[in-house]
Amino acid sequence: MFKNIEHLVRLAVVMMIGVLGFVILRAAVVPHSFGQYGHYRGAAIGEIASRPVAFAGHETCEACHTDVVEQKKLGKHVVVSCEACHGALAKHADDPSSVLPKKLDTAILCARCHEANGAKPKGFPQVATAEHSGGLACDTCHQPHHPKIETAEIKTEGKK
Amino acid sequence: MQIPVEGFMYPNEVELQWSILIVLYPFITGLVAGAFILASLERVFRVEAVKPTYRLALLTALAFLLVAPLPLQLHLGHPERSLEMYLTPHRSSAMAMFGFVYLWYLMAVLLLEIWLDYRHDIVVRSQTEKGWKRLVYRGLTLGSTNVSERSLHVDERLGYFITLIGIPSAFLLHGYVGFIFGSVKANPWWSSPLMPIVFIFSAMVSGIAAVMLLYMLSTRLRGQRIDMRCLDKIAQYLLYTFVIDFSLEMMDLLQRIYEADESFRSLDFMVHTRLWVSQVIVQILLGTVTPIALLGLMQVLKVTEAARRWIYALAGGLTVIGIFAMRWNVVIGGQLFSKSFLGYTTYKMAFATREGLLPAIILMILPFIILWVLVKLLPPWPESASVPSGATPVHGTS
Amino acid sequence: MEITRRRLLVLLPAAAVAWKYVLAGTPEGAPNYELTKHWWAMLIDIPKCIGCGSCVRACAEENDVPEGYYRTWIERYHVADWKIERPEVESPDGGKYGFPPHADDGGKNFFVPKLCNHCADSPCTQVCPVGATFISPDGVVLVDKSYCLGCRYCIQACPYGCRFLNPKTNTADKCTLCYHRITKGLTTACCEVCPTGARQLADLKNPKDPIHEFLKTHAVQILKPYMATGAKVFYNGMDGSVR
Repeated sequence: MFKNIEHLVRLAVVMMIGVLGFVILRAAVVPHSFGQYGHYRGAAIGEIASRPVAFAGHETCEACHTDVVEQKKLGKHVVVSCEACHGALAKHADDPSSVLPKKLDTAILCARCHEANGAKPKGFPQVATAEHSGGLACDTCHQPHHPKIETAEIKTEGKK
Repeated sequence: MQIPVEGFMYPNEVELQWSILIVLYPFITGLVAGAFILASLERVFRVEAVKPTYRLALLTALAFLLVAPLPLQLHLGHPERSLEMYLTPHRSSAMAMFGFVYLWYLMAVLLLEIWLDYRHDIVVRSQTEKGWKRLVYRGLTLGSTNVSERSLHVDERLGYFITLIGIPSAFLLHGYVGFIFGSVKANPWWSSPLMPIVFIFSAMVSGIAAVMLLYMLSTRLRGQRIDMRCLDKIAQYLLYTFVIDFSLEMMDLLQRIYEADESFRSLDFMVHTRLWVSQVIVQILLGTVTPIALLGLMQVLKVTEAARRWIYALAGGLTVIGIFAMRWNVVIGGQLFSKSFLGYTTYKMAFATREGLLPAIILMILPFIILWVLVKLLPPWPESASVPSGATPVHGTS
Repeated sequence: MEITRRRLLVLLPAAAVAWKYVLAGTPEGAPNYELTKHWWAMLIDIPKCIGCGSCVRACAEENDVPEGYYRTWIERYHVADWKIERPEVESPDGGKYGFPPHADDGGKNFFVPKLCNHCADSPCTQVCPVGATFISPDGVVLVDKSYCLGCRYCIQACPYGCRFLNPKTNTADKCTLCYHRITKGLTTACCEVCPTGARQLADLKNPKDPIHEFLKTHAVQILKPYMATGAKVFYNGMDGSVR
C-alpha cells in the first residue's frame, strides 16, 4: 500500500520543509518590538517621537525675550506666538549667540494675515494693502508687537 | 509635471496612486481563476466535450498565476519589503490575506493538480529524455517512479478532490481581489457588496474566452483540426457566464442610478466624460453587448463551421478586451474623481518608467512565454497524435 | 544680555525637559511621557480661520513635507445661497501661500483647515497589510516608514485625502500630529503658529484640557460622520457644505 502513495509522502515532506523554512524565517526576521503595543513595530513610536523639532514654541522664546512679552501684552498680538512671524527658531533657541533670526519684511509679512479677503471673518482687521499703504512697509507706522497706533502718535507724525 | 485638474480635488488626490500595473493585477488573476474553472468543468462536472482544453487551461492558469504578483511587486514603493505580507500579515486588512490565498491557490491547488495529472508523463519522460531535460523531469518525479495502476488511481482520486477544493479556491482568489476594492468604504465607485461577485463572473468570462482563443490558436499552430464540439461548448459556457456577469453589472448600475446618492452626480459626470470611451464604448458596447450578441446568434442561427470559428475568435477577442477595459475602469476610474465629489483629475500614463506602459506590455507578454515553456515541458496534448485531440483521452491512464 | 544654552535651561525647567530631546532626541521621547495617559485630538474653530497659510508652511518646515504634498492644507469655500450642495472650493498650493483676494459677492465664504483626523476607527490602519501604519496607544495615527511597503492601500482608504506617497521615502506619509513635539510637552507646529487660535491641540484624557468645556458648550462637528471613522479633529462652526 505504502508503495503506491510513496510519491505523495515525498511531496508532503517537500511541503513540510517549505512550511518549516517559513516558520524559521519568520522567527528570525520579524522585528523584536513587533506586537509590543499592537500589530506594528513598537519601536516605531520612539523613532517618530525622536525627530528634532524646528519650532521652539513661544514659551521657550518668552523665557529670554521678556521685554517683548511685556510689549505684546498691551496689544492684540498678544495671542500671536513669536514663530508665527519670525519663523522656526529652535536652532536659535539652542544656540542664541551664533544662530540669529532673519530680519523680516513687514510689507509682505503683515499682508499674509491682514490683506483683505472676502472669505476672512468679518471682525478680523483687514486692509487692501495697495490702497492702505501703497507698498510701504507696515512698520513705518505700526509697531508689530503692539500694532494699534495711538492717536497722539499719528498727530505728531503728521506734524513732522 | 502638471496634472490637469477639473474642479476641486483634495490636494493629495491629484496624483493617482494605482497605475496600469494595478489594472493588470485583477485582469491577470481573473484569467487564472477563469481558466481554472473551465478546466474543472471537465473534471468535476464531467463535461466531456471540453476535455481537449483541460490541460491547456491548467497550464494557462499556472502561467498567468506565476506572473500575477509581478505587477504588484513592481508597483510597490519598497518591493524588498514585500515578504512582510507573509511575515506579519495584518488580519484586518483585505489585502494582507491575498498573499496566503495566492500561495494556497498556487501550491495546494494548481501545482498539485498539474503534478498529479502529469505524473505519469513526467515519470515516462524522466526515463526517455536526455541531458538537462532528464534532470528536470527527474526532479519533478521527486524520486518516485511508481506509476502502477494503483498509484495512478490514487492520483486520479486525489486530483478529483483537489479540483473540488480548487473551484471554491478559484472563486476565493478572484472574489478576494474584488473584495480588496469593494471594501473601500471611502470610495463609492468601488464600495459595493456586488464587487466580489462581479469580479468572479468577469474572471470566468475572461478566463474562458482566453482559453478558447488559446485552444484555437494552439490547434492551428500544430496544424490540427479544431474540435468543433468542444469549441461550441466553450462558446456556450462563455455566453452563459457572460450573461450572468452582464446582468450583475447592470444591477449594480441600475441601483446606483436609481438611488442617486451623494456621489452619483459626480460619478455620472465622470462616466459621461473621462470614462466615456473606456467604459461605455469599449467595455459595454464593444466588449460586452457585441460578444453576447454574437455568441447568442450562434445559438439560434445555423452557421458553417468556418464562420463559427471566425465569430468565436472575434467574440473571444472582444471579450478579453472588454474585461480588460472593465478592470481599467474600476481601478483607474476609482481614482479620477475627488472624494469631495467636486472635481476630477487625469491619469497620465508614462511609458518607460517603473509603472509605465512598457513594463505593463512586458508583463502581458511574459505569461505567454511561460506558457510556451510549460507546453514544451508538459505537452497538454498527445504529441504524435494525428487525430483531433478530443477523440483520444488525454490523461486517460486510469 | 548674554544668553547661553545653560542659562536657558536654568530659566525654564519645563522647556529644559523638552530641550534635551529637541536636538539630541532619544527613541524613548521625553521622560514622564506615558503613552496611556493621553488621547490626542484637535479642535478647529472655523470662524477664526483667516486662511493665512501659516499652518501649512509651518507643517512643511517642521516635518520636511515635500513640495506639492500636504500633511495639512486649507480650503476656501464659496457657497452661493441657492446651491448649498455645490460649493465652490479651492486650495491653491494647499493654501500654503495664502489665497488670492476674493470679492465679497454676497455668498457665504470661509476657510476650512484640513489635516489627518486621527480617527479612532481609522480605515487607513485597518487596511494596511503589514502593520506599517497604526494608532498609537495615545491616539495618533502614525506611519512606520521603515516598515511601509508603499502599496498605497491606506491612501485609497482614507476618506479625507490626508495621505500621500512621499517621493523621498517611497512610503505612505501623513500628519503625525507633530508626535515628536506633543510627546515633549510642546504643541503642534500648526497650532503653534496659528495667529488666531483657530487650531487647538487637545488631550481628551486630560480632565483639565479646555477642550472638554468647549465641546460641552459649542455645536461641534466632524468631517464625513457617516464614514464612521471616529474622527478626532473637531470642527466648530462648520457649514453643511463642507466635505
